Amino acid sequence: MERKLTPWERILLARHPNRPTFSDFLDALFDNFIELHGDRLYGDDPAIITGLGTFNDESVVVIGQEKGKSVQEKMKRNFGMPHPEGYRKALRIMKMAEKFSLPVISFIDTAGAYPGIGAEERGQAWAIAQNLKEMSVLKTPIIVVVLSEGGSGGALGIGVGDYIMILENAYYSVISPEGCASILFRDSSKAPEAAEALKITAEDLYKLGLVDEIIPEPNGGAHQDFEGTISNLKSALKRVLKKLKEKDVKILLEERWLKLRNYGRFYEEAKEK
Amino acid sequence: MFRDFLKRNENKDKFRDIPDGLWIKCPQCSQIIYSKDWNENLKVCIKCGYHDQLTAYERIDLLIDDSTFEEFDTHISPIDILGFIDTKPYTQRIKEAQEATGLKDAIVVGKGEINGIPVYIIVMDFRFIGGSMGSVVGEKVVRTVERALKDRIPVVSVISSGGARMQEGLFSLFQMAKTSAAIARLSDAKIPYINVLTHPSTAGVLASFGSLGDVIIAEPGALIGFTGPRVIEQTIKQKLPEGFQRSEFLLEHGMVDLVVERKKLKNTLFLILNHLWRKSWKES
Ligand SMILES: [Zn+2]
Repeated sequence: MERKLTPWERILLARHPNRPTFSDFLDALFDNFIELHGDRLYGDDPAIITGLGTFNDESVVVIGQEKGKSVQEKMKRNFGMPHPEGYRKALRIMKMAEKFSLPVISFIDTAGAYPGIGAEERGQAWAIAQNLKEMSVLKTPIIVVVLSEGGSGGALGIGVGDYIMILENAYYSVISPEGCASILFRDSSKAPEAAEALKITAEDLYKLGLVDEIIPEPNGGAHQDFEGTISNLKSALKRVLKKLKEKDVKILLEERWLKLRNYGRFYEEAKEK
Repeated sequence: MFRDFLKRNENKDKFRDIPDGLWIKCPQCSQIIYSKDWNENLKVCIKCGYHDQLTAYERIDLLIDDSTFEEFDTHISPIDILGFIDTKPYTQRIKEAQEATGLKDAIVVGKGEINGIPVYIIVMDFRFIGGSMGSVVGEKVVRTVERALKDRIPVVSVISSGGARMQEGLFSLFQMAKTSAAIARLSDAKIPYINVLTHPSTAGVLASFGSLGDVIIAEPGALIGFTGPRVIEQTIKQKLPEGFQRSEFLLEHGMVDLVVERKKLKNTLFLILNHLWRKSWKES
């Protein structure tokens, strides 16, 4: 009998060195992929890969955060932590998706947006905010898949959409458990407790109504049986893409707005007056 | 009008967060200043120009014409949806912040006039758990935008926030998407939206409704950025340059439209709204 994993154990799985990265999913899910580079403003951010591909015999726009595999590639990709150029490149490609009526599939795997001097100088917050705004009204279906790490605003910056999937051992959080532990618990070694308190596992987020579907992973995590993971993800993507593409764009956008509008829980007293 | 406004603030007892008859030490230049002078100069240091933080109601007094302010959504308060406990329970944090500030959460919203121009105004209050954005902040921003859309009236938001409220987990993060989506609708409806960034304006609030204005104004010397300086220093393991992430730095890098000292803020908002609002708001 399998014991249920703790949130911290799942985070360790999400960060496992053998866990497949976005490029593995890219290879396994899409044919005829053409990578497109650059934000047309400043540079090209290797932490985010964007391009055109074929999924299930249809053209789609693909966006994903890539951490890299070898030490060298990890350095090049800045460990999957994007700069503003990454978000702006993603937005440029999404606008193209809208123009040519192609659905967008966006894959999240980042510890967070990069905290650096250049990133601040070039408007990290502005780039993310712009994406949140534009994605909320982009006139084409957007499916979001959280692959491993959903690190705060850096993840959300490519994460607004019509349907949000999350892999079983992935997590998605407002702050890293380590960051939360050091700020709120005043002790960075309390990350496992913070992970528990923040309710960041796929299961917790599904129960809270913040994600739409959990993609099951084989026992021991996605790296133990990548084929199995891909097959689960592929069938979910096929089903959801078909459903979203059938929708009139106006209805799609109205439903997206209502979905975003309804995030949040609070107490409302009987109306004043 | 501008002169009236200055006069109004001169003999006002509104900035009474600090009682008169005390001495205040400027946090920036250490000058000792009589609290009455401090308050009368809108909590700006006479010697060095340091802009001290204002409470939400002080800010409203500063910007909104006398007896035109009507507050909305005072009946919404935060709940502890996750059962979050760190060094103390979130419910206790909420209660303490509510008692200390008299606010239900880190935001006050309402309708008023700026030199006669009607606006919806969103003001954050840093005293309430660092001006952090949870579900209540997000909801009140969105309701304000919805009213502005219905009435076709411009929106001004004054930011003072450390970012998302960790104790509400992913609900807080998603307020970024929720508020940005509301601003997208405001933008599509061609209704002016102006941001005023005050100290500090960082992280999740800046990276959502806090930086999506048609015009972005910053108060002098405010800390404005996505990641706080301490975390950046720890990550890159070097000292940050002088003035990094301050208003003037962001102006230089093209991220804000203008840096405006506090005593000129209301009139600047008036001038901008006067240009944008008349042309766009009534038609379409
Ligand atoms: Zn001073």
